[in-house]
Amino acid sequence: MTAHDISLSRRNLLKGAGALVIGLSLPQAGRAQSGAAQVFSPGGAAAFAPNAFVRIAADDTVTVLVKHIEFGQGPFTGLATLVAEELDADWGQMRAEHAPADAKLYANLAFGIQGTGGSTAIANSFEQMRRAGATARAMLVQAAAQAWKVPAAEITVERGVLKHASGKQGRFGEFAEAASRLQAPAEVPLKDPARFKLIGKDGTTPRLDSLGKSTGKAQFTIDIRTPDMLTVVVARPPRFGGKVASFDATEARKVKGVVDVRQIPSGVAVYATGTWPALKGREALKVAWDESGAETRGSRELIAEYRRLARTEGTVAGRHGDAEAVLARADKVIEAEFVFPYLAHAPMEPLDGYLEWNGQGALARLGSQLQTIDHQVIAKVLGLGPEKVRVETLLGGGSFGRRAQPTSELAAELAEAAKAIGPNRPVKLVRTREDDLSGGYYRPLFLHRMRGVLKDGRITAWSAAIVGQSFLKGSPFEAMIKDGVDPVMVEGASELPYEIADFRCDLHTVDVGVPTLWWRSVGHTHTGYAVECFVDRLLQEAGQDPVAGRLALMGKQQRLATVLKAVADLAKWNGPGPVGGRARGVGVVESFGSYVAQIAEVSLGEGGEPKVHKVWCAIDCGVAVNPDIIRAQIEGGIGFGLGHVLYGELTLDQGRPVQTNFDSYRSLRINEMPEIEVAIVPSSEKPTGVGEPGVPPIGPAVANALARLGRERPLSLPMVGGSV
Amino acid sequence: MVHSINVNGTTHRVDVDDDTPLLWVLRDNLGLTGTKFGCGVAQCGACTVYMDGQPLRSCSLPVSAVGDARITTIEALAGKEAEAVQAAWVKHDVPQCGYCQSGQVMSAIALLKEIRKPTDRDIDLAMTGNLCRCTTYVRIRAAIHDAARTLEG
Repeated sequence: MTAHDISLSRRNLLKGAGALVIGLSLPQAGRAQSGAAQVFSPGGAAAFAPNAFVRIAADDTVTVLVKHIEFGQGPFTGLATLVAEELDADWGQMRAEHAPADAKLYANLAFGIQGTGGSTAIANSFEQMRRAGATARAMLVQAAAQAWKVPAAEITVERGVLKHASGKQGRFGEFAEAASRLQAPAEVPLKDPARFKLIGKDGTTPRLDSLGKSTGKAQFTIDIRTPDMLTVVVARPPRFGGKVASFDATEARKVKGVVDVRQIPSGVAVYATGTWPALKGREALKVAWDESGAETRGSRELIAEYRRLARTEGTVAGRHGDAEAVLARADKVIEAEFVFPYLAHAPMEPLDGYLEWNGQGALARLGSQLQTIDHQVIAKVLGLGPEKVRVETLLGGGSFGRRAQPTSELAAELAEAAKAIGPNRPVKLVRTREDDLSGGYYRPLFLHRMRGVLKDGRITAWSAAIVGQSFLKGSPFEAMIKDGVDPVMVEGASELPYEIADFRCDLHTVDVGVPTLWWRSVGHTHTGYAVECFVDRLLQEAGQDPVAGRLALMGKQQRLATVLKAVADLAKWNGPGPVGGRARGVGVVESFGSYVAQIAEVSLGEGGEPKVHKVWCAIDCGVAVNPDIIRAQIEGGIGFGLGHVLYGELTLDQGRPVQTNFDSYRSLRINEMPEIEVAIVPSSEKPTGVGEPGVPPIGPAVANALARLGRERPLSLPMVGGSV
Repeated sequence: MVHSINVNGTTHRVDVDDDTPLLWVLRDNLGLTGTKFGCGVAQCGACTVYMDGQPLRSCSLPVSAVGDARITTIEALAGKEAEAVQAAWVKHDVPQCGYCQSGQVMSAIALLKEIRKPTDRDIDLAMTGNLCRCTTYVRIRAAIHDAARTLEG
């Protein structure tokens, strides 16, 4: 999701969201010892809890309670870095745990509710976590000053050690208890960035979660085992919008280990003593589905409908000048139509959740990405006040957007499954890969119809019509839709970074009964491809170089131009080629406040499949807090984006998902991964996101390289094996 | 029926249906949750264990087919290859979400036991069955090469 849009509409969101109305009071320094330490268990037996985020124990460990879910993008390490910097801690003493769901203490400052998305974790935490660390430091110093009977101003702190010129020194743990009895200061100074020892310093902050994840010890939701826990799988309708008409569980109940079978709103739940009996029980279940309200159109029918709509007038999402007039009188109009399939997120850990309740209170444990909404939904389903429901966030085995559903469909199904079998039966809801891939909440199918005009080597007019579904419509985030335009459908396309005199972008929002969702980099997954392919094609027709041609159009886009120049330098750009059968293509996209340019070197491999050899990338994400995590996210963003433009599609055939496992939902493998070189452009701007911005440029970079190898830029994705 | 299987050097008796995949016996019956479920059809490698030392997708092997074979899971890794690989994984900060990494580590160790100094091509062949949706492949490759250098001494 887009942080700035959400931020702007936060007031509306909260006003309109009914059950979601929550306080916006932010954790203050004065909240020290607010009781948070007693209420919440994370941080263990910490002696010192100066605020909602920092726990310091007698054993000298500093535990940061991280309000964002860790699913690989690095907030455990990132937020701990911010605290450690201001605390002057030693990196070796830092730990990170998930904070519990508590919208008052742990709201994402960009959203107003607790949640992770829009690549905002570092951006919204940057000052908040530094302040949390600085407060803790000030209190430890004060405690030491009192113990040593010296002025606080004479105490220095370095790598977790407090020191005084008299020779006295001690570690944090020694002063934790004394510090806990002090009043937190109302104001604390933050470091001058010139004095940073960890922020932006390569090699100082290795990931806190690498060891557990390299030894099989890291705990995910699927790993939860408690006494008397039942494993639940749900039989869901084969088409979206279908409902249970009737079911016969006679055979299912005969399966050894099956304990119960119950109907819930999303389908029929099978409860068993383990995963395999649950799956066998579901296999033996006979369900008759009522498909009278189900979506029965397939991808082919939808695309035909979208093509028709793209030729009609839509809602104006962006306009300056009069593109239609220029197009109408042009001698030649250059056109392209791009089709983007539904895509699944397919996190390696399919969605799951654990819940125990006794009728009076509940504990839910899951990889929650929108904790506040999950919390509210679970409470509502169970008929409990939110204060009776505790939600603990677990490590997520990937997400790519899938764990953040505005409807909390997973949390709702989990709570319904627990409710249906009654209190005091802990349940673990699991989904198989087939459940995951055929379960909807896809990146929506989109179609872009582009038209452009060239005159004297310049792009004089640009017109785009975008057709697709809105997942904000009807969701708690609906207030983001303005004047009939869902901003995340057109982000990156309704305004271009290129100066073009006559411009128009139309939107057609289509109602389709397929649940859709944001998917890593959201609207930019398709707008980045359409815009960057089309501008490249126009530049090619105009005989211009892909880099120089773009730069000439980037008048006011200084940061974007800088990353484009940086990547050209990194790749030693000397034109697109081809040279020795390899061509180079460019893609440059701003998303989530970060500026990313990529150059892909591509050849045609076996059977004419694109082979991507190397990708160069330059990023400006403001202050680079953890350079190696930024590189890792760029590597991952490129691989994720590349895998889907090459192979990814979730096709519907008469409303039924065709690809149901990794045998047909082809995912990038190690032999298909290019070499990657990343340059992080130095910046003192506020930090922005890195989880998503690496994704959008790679698709067009590959397509634009293919155009120099005698291929057309692929008009329909995926590039390999597309079935529609 | 009751099956007797040797896992990590210990014989366990489990009362499950014959067709129960070894993966679910390890995870649900024995509590060895380091081995992950990703697809159930031997397409992703998250469930990789060793059967008599050879990597195997435990999601697709019924418990009745295990017989007298010795099963090793990530919880019982030992030896210099395992140490080198896991140290390299940490040094390169390979994991992102981490969910597939048990399987990646198991496959990488098996590769280095087989081929002391693998080429990029060897790595492709040995690791192509292990999916990573975070696409940490660049670092997986670098870490395997690094572990190989460590083993060279």
